[in-house]
Amino acid sequence: MSNVSAKQFDTVPAGNPAVESPLCWSYQQQKTANSANAGVVLREKALLGHVVLRGGAIVLDEAVRQVLGISLPAKPNTVERDEAGERSIQWISPDEWLVIVPGGEECALERSLRETLGDAHVSIVNVSGGQTVLTLAGDNAREVLMKTVSFDVHPHAFPVGKGVTTIFAKATVVLRRTSETEWELVVRRSFADYCYRWLLDASAEYGIDTQ
Amino acid sequence: MFYIHCPYCQEYREEEEFHPRGEAHLMRPKDPDNTTDEEWGDYLFFRKNPRGVHHEMWVHSVGCRKFFNITRNTVTYEILETYRMGEQPSITAETEKVRKEQGVQTADGGWQTIGAQPESKALNEETSS
Repeated sequence: MSNVSAKQFDTVPAGNPAVESPLCWSYQQQKTANSANAGVVLREKALLGHVVLRGGAIVLDEAVRQVLGISLPAKPNTVERDEAGERSIQWISPDEWLVIVPGGEECALERSLRETLGDAHVSIVNVSGGQTVLTLAGDNAREVLMKTVSFDVHPHAFPVGKGVTTIFAKATVVLRRTSETEWELVVRRSFADYCYRWLLDASAEYGIDTQ
Repeated sequence: MFYIHCPYCQEYREEEEFHPRGEAHLMRPKDPDNTTDEEWGDYLFFRKNPRGVHHEMWVHSVGCRKFFNITRNTVTYEILETYRMGEQPSITAETEKVRKEQGVQTADGGWQTIGAQPESKALNEETSS
C-alpha cells in the first residue's frame, strides 16, 4: 500500500482548464441580493482542497505535524488551525479527520502524507470535488443557524474553535465556528444549491449580502 | 424526542442525528458447522422484546457515524446509559436499584408486553413499591 505514492492521480489536470464552484449554477439562478443593512453576510470559499484522513490517531498526528505543522485535534468536535487560519484539521469521528487547505495544495499534501506515513494502515482520500465551504457572518448569522441546525449554536455550547457534523435543514453540514462572528459550513456538492437557497430564504428577514 | 449522549462525540445530540439498529450484544455462534438450525434461527431472527430495561444498538448516522449501545427503559423511554461497542452495560434489568426506582419488570423468562403475565407474586410486590 505504501508503493501507491508513485502512481497517484493528480486531480488537477494540466493546462489550467476553467473550473467552477459547485454553486455557479445557483449564482446564475438567484439574483445577487445586497441589502443596505444586511444582517447576514454569505460568502463562498470555493475550490479549496479537502482531504479526509482515516486511521490511528498517533501515527496520523506525527505525520500531520511533520507535513502541515498542525497537530491533530485531540478532543472530539474541535478544529485545529494554523496561524494564518488557512489550513485546518477537524475531528470528524474517533478515527477520521477532515483537512482543509488552500486550493491546489491537496495533491502535494496527499503525496507528502503518504511518503511520511509509509506502511502505516491509513486511508487518505481527496474529496475536494465533493464539497464546498460557505461562510456566514453578520449580526444575525446565529439566528439563521438557530432555525436551520439542530445543534445548539449558543456561545456556551458552541465556542470558537468547535466544529460538529449535524443536520442542516434536510441536509447535513459540517459546521465550524472560526471566530466570534463568523461560521463556516462545509456542505456537500450535491446539496450546495439547496443549502444556498435555504440560506437566502432564511436570511431574507434580516437582509442578506451575497457576493 | 430523545436527547442522546454519544459516547464517541462525548456530548448530547438530538435524536434526529441517530438511528436505532436493533438489539445489542448479539453473539454469532462460535462454531457454525456444529450449530443446530434452531440456534441459527434464534441468532438470525429472534429478538428480545422486554418490558423494561433493554439494550439496543444505535448509530450516530449524522455525526461521527459510529455504532454504540444504549440501555433504555421501554416503558418510560428513559435512557439509562450509553456505552461504546465492546463494552458491557453497567445497568441491567437485574440491577436492584433500577428495579426499585423505576418499577422495572424483569426482561428474562420471556415476559413480554403483550399478554404479560407476572412470573411470581414476589416480583409483582417489588414493582408496586
